[in-house]
Amino acid sequence: MHRLADLYEALDATTSTNAKVEALVGYFRDTPPEDAAWGLFFLTGRRLKRLIPSKALRQWVRELTDTPEWLFDETYAVVGDLAEVIALLLDQTERPAATEELPLSRWMEERVLPLAGLSLPEQRERVTGWWHVLPRRELFLFNKMLTGELRVGVSDTLVVRALAQHAGLPPAAVSHRLMGTWAPSRAFFEQLIAPDVSDGDRSRPYPFYLASPLEQPPAQLGERDAWLVEWKWDGIRGQLIRRQGGVYLWSRGEELITERFPEIAEAAASLPDGTVLDGEVLAYAGGQPLPFSLLQRRIGRQKLTARVLAEAPAAFMAYDLLEQEGQDLRGLPLRERRARLEALLRDRPMFPVSPVITAPTWESLAEARHESRSRNVEGFMIKRLESPYQHGRKRGDWWKWKIDPFTVDAILLYAHPGHGRRASLYTDYTFAVWKGEELLPIAKAYSGLTDEEIARLDRWIRAHTREKFGPVRSVEPLQVFELHFEGIAASPRHKSGIALRFPRIARWRSDKTPRDADSLERLEELLHAPA
Amino acid sequence: MNVSPVLDRQPLVTVTSDGLYCPPGDFHIDPWRPVARALITHAHGDHARWGSQRYLGTSPSVGLLRKRLGAEANISTLGYGERLKLGDVTVSFHPAGHVLGSAQIRIEHRGEVWVVSGDYKRDPDPTCLPFEPVRCDTFITEATFALPIYRWDDTRLVAQEVLRWWDGNREAGRASVLFCYALGKAQRLLAELARLTDREVLVHGATHALVECYREAGVRMLPTRPVSEMEKGTSYAGALVLAPPSAAGSTWMRRFGEHETGFASGWMRVRGNRRRRGYDRGFVLSDHADWPGLLRTAKETGASRILVTHGSSDTLARYLRENLGLDAAPLSTPFEGETED
Ligand SMILES: [Zn+2]
Ligand SMILES: [Zn+2]
Repeated sequence: MHRLADLYEALDATTSTNAKVEALVGYFRDTPPEDAAWGLFFLTGRRLKRLIPSKALRQWVRELTDTPEWLFDETYAVVGDLAEVIALLLDQTERPAATEELPLSRWMEERVLPLAGLSLPEQRERVTGWWHVLPRRELFLFNKMLTGELRVGVSDTLVVRALAQHAGLPPAAVSHRLMGTWAPSRAFFEQLIAPDVSDGDRSRPYPFYLASPLEQPPAQLGERDAWLVEWKWDGIRGQLIRRQGGVYLWSRGEELITERFPEIAEAAASLPDGTVLDGEVLAYAGGQPLPFSLLQRRIGRQKLTARVLAEAPAAFMAYDLLEQEGQDLRGLPLRERRARLEALLRDRPMFPVSPVITAPTWESLAEARHESRSRNVEGFMIKRLESPYQHGRKRGDWWKWKIDPFTVDAILLYAHPGHGRRASLYTDYTFAVWKGEELLPIAKAYSGLTDEEIARLDRWIRAHTREKFGPVRSVEPLQVFELHFEGIAASPRHKSGIALRFPRIARWRSDKTPRDADSLERLEELLHAPA
Repeated sequence: MNVSPVLDRQPLVTVTSDGLYCPPGDFHIDPWRPVARALITHAHGDHARWGSQRYLGTSPSVGLLRKRLGAEANISTLGYGERLKLGDVTVSFHPAGHVLGSAQIRIEHRGEVWVVSGDYKRDPDPTCLPFEPVRCDTFITEATFALPIYRWDDTRLVAQEVLRWWDGNREAGRASVLFCYALGKAQRLLAELARLTDREVLVHGATHALVECYREAGVRMLPTRPVSEMEKGTSYAGALVLAPPSAAGSTWMRRFGEHETGFASGWMRVRGNRRRRGYDRGFVLSDHADWPGLLRTAKETGASRILVTHGSSDTLARYLRENLGLDAAPLSTPFEGETED
């Protein structure tokens, strides 16, 4: 585990991207493949299935260090990261500077993974035994493996860049091979960096091409004719693969969701072998998309009963064809791929093709965009007809032109500490609106402020705390924020009776007084307005 | 006058709106407003404040106190351990191991003894005398780092780490800008590094003046030069620069070209504290007592009552009460402990 600890330290000790890539390349080069595979597993944010309840870890460390529960909780609130707080608490006796090296793969395969089959007392004995002998920095890593994510301030893009540089491959090839599920093994890592580009894995999706938000007026994109315009569907972005007799439906989060959508999988079995579609999983009935909340309800269900399937029927709205007859089509222009897609999916109602919006000018298009909400879509996708299918968020060929979000002016009511590197700041907030003279919480939001604003707000919160409930503080209801959100739904679970979708902070309205904030009635009106 | 927590007999030290006050001796300790007579534990800004009529401090701190309080301030001094009768009480100063000249103040009144710790640490420091436990009935302790995660490594290891970082940056042709408090931390680093190298270190103006005070007091440190004396256009590649944290992000930083930043502070023990402030490196080094140091000290004084100021006072008081069975309570004061700048 020394190597991973060295890498972690190197990544942690710099804010420079190049230095990080350099450290990663060095790690992949110098580490045996079976260990590098595990390193990669953690670097890409993958995590083990929870082996030990964190409650047990807390209890063990409290017992070992004789720390009362209230003191542990206070300390944890300051550090914000369970793995770190455990490592810091245990770091009190003389610790070995280095232990006998056990390679990462053996740590994982001989020690960590087998914990799964053990009883709690047996787990306790092993884990606390390792706690006693591991040097401080490895102790922290080991705890991270047990508690979850071990991201080290490197994005997947950086990891891919480093791997590609190490393997002498194009980043796209590496990123493709990294998609989907894989087991961290010597074979996997060797195949990952192998020069031969044809891989055998039939379930593997292509990296998704992601649209960039359109910030300029669309007229600046030039000729209207050079672009294909579709609705921006409000569902789950997916890739549907039909290869060698199998069907695989991947979400953009690289999750295999085939089993969540049996009707799509069933219909896909009749597609010709060697087909890969890019599109959107939608709640869909009678040729019309249904609100996203229906799809959401279905995702939340443990069991897909016949009733659930009937309440929220799903379909795959296709908008691109990435592979046909086993041939990778991504290099062809969209115009060509689109023509093939339409021909392929003719008369297949489970696979509607995303219709093309024909409004002939940018002005008429802007007009049509007003229909978005009533159609349960989020605006437009604008794609260059001559473009190949790229990967990642490469700007220039795919744009999303979203409709303006809903807004509400709400009052800061509670502050919650952040996690990880922001653990000692208040970064998560609960906002409220007026109902008569009462303030009712309507949303929790954490994104949207600059670091500088977060720091300023943090100081304000500390100076204007009314009460503390564990790590949460209630503050004087004085600060008004403009929130944006994408939708609103009735929710009996909330005291306000409503739930906002994707609420985030648009700006801090220091120009407004609490009396200027919105009322619940105004939000309720949105609820009842025609969808 | 606000009186401190419920005490069964007339307390020797109370909290008033002006600061800690000793009624039978009629003096204040580290007052935050001007008073008639102020006893000063040490020269940090939140302890030695300007404007009182008469000051009493330790002999080794007098140079620093003059800097802080002005040339006209009326300052008398006492050597460590020397006794002085003030009103009805006898006072003496005892080493606190915090910075040059820092002291705990012992107050004796009709056989009862109170000690006000000021800021202190238990780790060795070549720039000042080590903390001396003083037996007392009531001990007023600081609690800046009163959580069990705060434990300090051997300072020599931290100094080696700083030197490795400096060497690494030298090799890469970068400057190393190390933020640290201008009084105490900077000189301690310069003294610790002097065991490992003899290279010259550049210092910010605010730090420079205080380094001179330490040199006059006979503390051995690396040679230093103020950044302000450098020619325009000088390359800082390979240099180590010590600056107060307030210089971070200021235009003063622009001159250094390619550089890495570090921060030497007890707060750097927690990873999030460093990452949030965007320093490349954090060095865990504090002039305050760590958790074991606080507990050990509370016991060593033999005090039957502990009052806690500075920082996590509620936490330390509760732990002493519930887990060590001591009579302990928080005492609220506006001292700042190790602040961010
Ligand atoms: Zn101090
Ligand atoms: Zn202080």
